[in-house]
Amino acid sequence: MVRDVAFGQYFPGKSLIHRLDPRAKILMFIAYIVIIFCTFNFAALGVTVAFTALYLILSRISPKFYFKSLKIIIFIVIFTSLLNLFYGTGDPLWQWGIFKITLNGISRAVFVSVRIICLILASSCLTFTTSPNELTDAIERLMKPLKVIHFPVHEIAMMMSLALRFVPTLLEETDKIMQAQKARGADMESGNLFKRVKALVPILIPLFVSAFRRAYDVATAMECRCYRGGAGRTRMKQIHLSKRDVVAFITLALVIGGVIVCNIFVTSVL
Amino acid sequence: MSCVLELKNLGFVYGKGTPFEKRAVDDVSLTIEKGEFIGVIGHTGSGKSTLMQMLNGLIRPTEGQVILEGKDIWEEPKKIRSVRFKVGMVFQYPEYQLFEETVYKDIAFGAQNMGKEGEELDKAVTQAARFTDLKPELLQKSPFDLSGGEKRRAAIAGVIAMDPEVLVLDEPTAGLDPMGREVLLSQMVRYHKERQNTVLLVSHTMEDIARVADRIIVMNKGRLAMFENTKEVFRRSDELEQYGLKVPQITKIMQDLRQKGFDVPEGVLTVDEAFSVLVPLLKKEGKLW
Repeated sequence: MVRDVAFGQYFPGKSLIHRLDPRAKILMFIAYIVIIFCTFNFAALGVTVAFTALYLILSRISPKFYFKSLKIIIFIVIFTSLLNLFYGTGDPLWQWGIFKITLNGISRAVFVSVRIICLILASSCLTFTTSPNELTDAIERLMKPLKVIHFPVHEIAMMMSLALRFVPTLLEETDKIMQAQKARGADMESGNLFKRVKALVPILIPLFVSAFRRAYDVATAMECRCYRGGAGRTRMKQIHLSKRDVVAFITLALVIGGVIVCNIFVTSVL
Repeated sequence: MSCVLELKNLGFVYGKGTPFEKRAVDDVSLTIEKGEFIGVIGHTGSGKSTLMQMLNGLIRPTEGQVILEGKDIWEEPKKIRSVRFKVGMVFQYPEYQLFEETVYKDIAFGAQNMGKEGEELDKAVTQAARFTDLKPELLQKSPFDLSGGEKRRAAIAGVIAMDPEVLVLDEPTAGLDPMGREVLLSQMVRYHKERQNTVLLVSHTMEDIARVADRIIVMNKGRLAMFENTKEVFRRSDELEQYGLKVPQITKIMQDLRQKGFDVPEGVLTVDEAFSVLVPLLKKEGKLW
């Protein structure tokens, strides 16, 4: 079913990670991406893996869901690590025609897959623990300085939260329409590619129609409540930086320091 | 009469094996005869929609069997599509599934999937349109240009065109105005009479059910609470109330009159019936000249 996708879902909770300021979480996530691509040896990678593990444990979300989120990217991981495996330099450990595997290739492959996995786990951790509303709020606040150059920050944030709000609704709708067309004998499981694409028409058209209908409804409802864009709006939930966030930033700083030290002082395998 | 549908210890659990596991249908066994008009009632979340979706194999039961014309529908999972042509299913708000360029093509969609073509297909479509009173000139219009009631009828016609042995209607009158409900309901009664097919009607409007159903399935918390003929079900109003259901208003009035000592029969289900009982009574009492 379409609803089985774990990636990007939010699981309400009260863990330490859940209660962090969403702005802090986004900033830390960006820093984290930078760090993960600036690890040049296994020691530095180890530090970031440990940091990731710490966060996952603190988020108190069942590991099952993290595994589920990895499921979707497993092919990307396999594909990139295979590519890297055969592109190593140095003495070949095994060779067949133009294909050769070297120690360097193996370590590269491991490196790349660990990086991708960490990245997905961290972003899952972010979306699992932060509600879509918090996320868009935080993005709006973080992008506020862009208003100076007349970038429509509030409007974009509103669009994002509306889009996120309607993802589950549209999924449910897709499910319903699929059921209804299947009941009329629509066949979506067999046939060649062309046939299968054609079989999507009876689902996509009603879905588009209903998406437009809903968009009109929402627009009317917003007008009825006198929505006039961002100027002068106050928030129901104010977000504040707290001690927790400071502690989180300090840990992150320590990790950055650790990665730099490892990069410089540990002799590289690569 | 012969049995068309048989359910044997049918059960369904949503999300089996996950923390979100939820039982929707529990141990339902019943048989439906060919040509019956069955009403299905139950509180919201009583499992009636899930039950209906199992009848044509849209969802696979986690326990038990659905036996259609003597054969378990899941015996050959690959042939499940043929079951869907035999058990036609009209969902709630079916107008949202319209998608073709013209009403005609949309009605033909199901029948075409069955492999009907040419004259046979044309006959199926025009007949289905006739059952739902869609005027011939409407058939060449875009389904999105129709009125709400017409859309609903076009969607129902799309299922009728498959000429199913069993027609399942899930709240077909929801959201229609009183006139629209009345019209749709009598169309379904006419369809049932002419085709002699089996019809299952899910509804929250007891008046509708009372008017058309021979027998009623009452669902409560996923279980089959009652399966009796219509008069019997609505006679047990106390029991129905426990399930969060009511008897038709007119039945309630007649029951109250009976309790007050008036000489009225039990199990009056429609206003017409009540009228024919009350007028002689009032005449006898000398209250009506």
